[in-house]
Amino acid sequence: MATQVIMPKLSPTMEEGQVARWLKKEGDKVSMGEPLAEIDTDKATMEMQALSAGVLLKILVNEGESAPLGEPIAIVGEKDEDISNLLEGKKERAPKAEEEKAEEKPEAKEEPEAKEELKEAKKEKETKDEEAAEPKKAAPAKEKENERDEIKPAVESSGDGRRQLISPIAARMAAEGGVDLSAVQGTGPGGRIIKRDIEAAMKEAKPSPAAAPKLRPMAMPKAQPGAVYGPSAYRDEPMSEMRRTIARRLVTSLGPVPHFFLTTEIEMDRAADMRQQINALYPDAKVSLNDVIIKVVAAALMQHPQVNASFQDKTVRHYEHADIGVAVATENGLITPIVRAADMKSLIEIAVEVRELAGRAREKKLKPEEYMGATFSISNLGMFGIDEFTAVINPPEAAILAIGAMTPKPVVREGEITIRQMMRATMSCDHRVVDGAVGAQFLQTFKEILENPLYLFLG
Amino acid sequence: MSSQRTQRQENAEAAARTAAGVMDEPARKEASDILSEDRDTLLKMFHQMLLIRRFEEKCAESYSMGKIGGFCHLYIGQEAVAVGAISALRPDDYVITSYREHGQAIAKGISPQAVMAELYGKATGCSKGKGGSMHLFDARVNFMGGHAIVAGQIPLATGIAFASKYQETDQVTVCFFGEAAVNQGAFHESLNMAQLWRLPCIYLCENNMYGMGTSAQRAMSMDDVATKACAYEVAAEFVDGMDVIAMRRATQRAVERARDHSLPTLIEARTYRYMGHSMSDPGKYRTRAEIEKYQERDPIKLFRAKLEDNDLLTEGDVKQFEEQVREEVDGAVKFADESPEPTPEELTTDVYANPLR
Amino acid sequence: MAVITMRDALNDALREELTRDPDVFLMGEEVAEYQGAYKVTRGLLEEFGAKRVIDSPITELGFAGLGVGAAMAGLRPIIEFMTFNFSFLATDQIINSAAKMLYMSGGQFKIPIVFRGPGGSAYQVSSQHSQALESWYAYFPGLKVVMPSTPADAKGLLKSAIRDDDPVIFIEQERMYGMKGEVPEEQDFTIPLGVADVKREGTDATIIARSLMVPAALKAAEELQKEGINCEVIDPRTIRPLDIETIIESVKKTNRVVIAEESHPFCGVGGEISAEIHERAFDYLDAPVKRVSGADVPMPYAKNLEQLAIPDFLQIVAAVKEVAYA
Repeated sequence: MATQVIMPKLSPTMEEGQVARWLKKEGDKVSMGEPLAEIDTDKATMEMQALSAGVLLKILVNEGESAPLGEPIAIVGEKDEDISNLLEGKKERAPKAEEEKAEEKPEAKEEPEAKEELKEAKKEKETKDEEAAEPKKAAPAKEKENERDEIKPAVESSGDGRRQLISPIAARMAAEGGVDLSAVQGTGPGGRIIKRDIEAAMKEAKPSPAAAPKLRPMAMPKAQPGAVYGPSAYRDEPMSEMRRTIARRLVTSLGPVPHFFLTTEIEMDRAADMRQQINALYPDAKVSLNDVIIKVVAAALMQHPQVNASFQDKTVRHYEHADIGVAVATENGLITPIVRAADMKSLIEIAVEVRELAGRAREKKLKPEEYMGATFSISNLGMFGIDEFTAVINPPEAAILAIGAMTPKPVVREGEITIRQMMRATMSCDHRVVDGAVGAQFLQTFKEILENPLYLFLG
Repeated sequence: MSSQRTQRQENAEAAARTAAGVMDEPARKEASDILSEDRDTLLKMFHQMLLIRRFEEKCAESYSMGKIGGFCHLYIGQEAVAVGAISALRPDDYVITSYREHGQAIAKGISPQAVMAELYGKATGCSKGKGGSMHLFDARVNFMGGHAIVAGQIPLATGIAFASKYQETDQVTVCFFGEAAVNQGAFHESLNMAQLWRLPCIYLCENNMYGMGTSAQRAMSMDDVATKACAYEVAAEFVDGMDVIAMRRATQRAVERARDHSLPTLIEARTYRYMGHSMSDPGKYRTRAEIEKYQERDPIKLFRAKLEDNDLLTEGDVKQFEEQVREEVDGAVKFADESPEPTPEELTTDVYANPLR
Repeated sequence: MAVITMRDALNDALREELTRDPDVFLMGEEVAEYQGAYKVTRGLLEEFGAKRVIDSPITELGFAGLGVGAAMAGLRPIIEFMTFNFSFLATDQIINSAAKMLYMSGGQFKIPIVFRGPGGSAYQVSSQHSQALESWYAYFPGLKVVMPSTPADAKGLLKSAIRDDDPVIFIEQERMYGMKGEVPEEQDFTIPLGVADVKREGTDATIIARSLMVPAALKAAEELQKEGINCEVIDPRTIRPLDIETIIESVKKTNRVVIAEESHPFCGVGGEISAEIHERAFDYLDAPVKRVSGADVPMPYAKNLEQLAIPDFLQIVAAVKEVAYA
């Protein structure tokens, strides 16, 4: 039976989404879990996966068009299936604004019946446009999109690195167990989500910390060469007049990079527990708290893309991936090797990579591209017993996070004094890019995830 | 040991007969003397030859109407070989042959209905519609099939004869094949084993002078097939394949050799096919005149003349036979036409005798 | 149970079936007076006589066809190829006659025949004598293809093959004739055709292996166990008809599959099994099915090259680690 594909909720705050790109054409076969389209949400461009298998019978919302949450955007069903009743539904629900927008596009005339009332008015225009429009269908929309926000890969080859790979059994288990795949980090080759990733996700999802299951050590997954990422892709957004003024004024008042600082205190018990459990599962991984922090920062950056950005004189550059610089002290001084696309990597991959990078940093064997061009940095002086400090931004990054030591402290929980592992984190922000509230929201997300690392699996 | 020597002598005689080539007139007369045969047997043979001729003509018609598909190799012109040879057998003797086998099938006792239904691809065909023109089978009359790989049936015949000897049943196997088959290794391997192990098998080569479109002269380093038997010390006969009585006599001698002495024989029957190799043969490799020359010695015409000369057949009898045969052939077509096609389930049955899953 | 070699287990099976059914006879090159090129038929001439244990000339097409003809007429021949490499000459009779006779005769002529002999690699006998032909024969409907990997299987399966009413291609492995194992001694011990055997139970990955690769797979499984990877080893034993159900059941449990085979990879049985798994258990796979096959080259003579051409347990170990992401 044919089913409607609806505009999915791809972020907690998303209200409508724009179809950036259809990854399937009408008539293409679609299998469950396969990427169907890229959707621009208020936060990011996300891949939308098919929730049923069949043939993509009809695209209802074209590239560049938007639809509110829950609105049908396509129909998937059996080949040659009659979908007229589903198209009826579309017609009823289609909001007016949508129709008017569609009118401007040449392919809109292919929409069956949906715009009955507009037909009359359009008739004349249609006949005129018909010949001219036919050969370059869809092309104008594309051009327009490119004008609006240009996606430039910084490295050519990073093109298809974004397709989420998943093994069939993992896809099935995720579907049956209601696991959100976007929150699962694949540990297979090329980041493929495999059975054990889903098992881990489901284990984490079970709210029974009291009776933690006994963990069986497993052989550690290899850090896959396939998971290497180049510097993140980015898009340059024209700077608004206001933003330009803010930048100018802040620089003149506070120096070349106008810093401001935000501090928060974070309860680390759960994160520390999680780290222990992971190390019980994969003793060879030797995941450190710092690795957990990198992962959480990356996740928080994905939710706050305004922070994953840099000041570029005439534009603000927004990065697709979180390339995290990790400050490492060496005999010769400070260097910040970069974990590329930390948002795409599993904790274990990050741990392995950081250890390897730090090792080579100390041996002075890092290549320039391995320490230049992060999108965000972390400096951790906790191991030196520092409770709290401020770090200097590494331009052109928009922020840096200074991590202090984790120490047991008495805190009040449910009216009682109890001991918790507490850690202070101070973020330095470039005010030209990040306003106070934006930085505060980021830090709040960071704190929330770190205090409840299950969020890592929930997106 | 003594039987071996006898065999050698016999072979030498056979080779001498063969070397003489086409027999001279007195020898041919003697070979086909019919006075010692009883009339019923002779008329039965005449009827069979006529039936096969008319049956094959009807096949050509049905083929052109699209009722018969695939390959269809007709036997017209060669009727004396099948009828004469098979008339010399016991009902429980085995016959196995090539893909040009409608004639042998009918002569061995498969009903024209069952053969025609098979050609029509019907469930009532002698192979349930699964074999077609080239794969007629009937276990009830020990007709062991038409086989469509040239010479493929020759080792099989050898094995059937092996089984008869193993089971001590005194059955004889006759294996028909065209002259082109003797260029295959299977022929030589079989003759070697048959003589080596003394198997009751008659290898009957129907030399119709063409292997599809290639004349035997263009394909064989020597003219006579029968002489090849010398290489294996197999007894050989050279027969006029247009003379049904000569065929019967030669086969009778071979049957005796097989049944009583458990020894093989190679018979070369010189014959001619009037039609193309198959229904799709344009026949560009021979002249009309050549065909007409052989049609003068048409086996049915020759046999009819001989029967009439000896007052065993009248024109009225011939008319009656023609009438009877027409009814039989029309009946076969009607039966085939009206028979049901195999059910779809038949697609997957008979692949294994013990299907395991 | 007696511990005997695969050679003797096969010899016992032949002896018992020749004793049991007078319609059974054995024919092949050097099977009688020479006592068998590989001594599988040792002593049978003396016991059953020249009528039933028959030395044939070197005439593979001829005696293969003779066997099929004899089967048409009611006998139950066992045709030995000195090695399956020589069966190439007989393929017309095996395929065009034996495999298709029942079908094209509309069910009238069954062909209860066994074509048996050693197949696969031996030791440095080079290209024309080291070929695994199971995929050739398994391709054809009408044939059954059996490959034992233990003495007990060899005996039980050969007895079933001889009693079966269809043509059976029974491929022994030359390198395994001397392999010893426990074999039940009862006269009526048989193993049904078409039933796979789980040679080792496991949970983390399934290794499907046949013939020579079964011992290699078991050794690989032992190695992998040391690293905490628990492998199931399945021997289909009958290649056609394939007991795919047992395989699928295992795949559903382990989600990971390695197929080990001595044969060439291209158009091989491993490819077929892999396709079946993808068709029937795609949603249970955690990794692509991995094949470990013989090299895609004619078998070389030089010892070191020959070793490179035949898969060993280490390649199976590596393949399992790959599918188990270990």
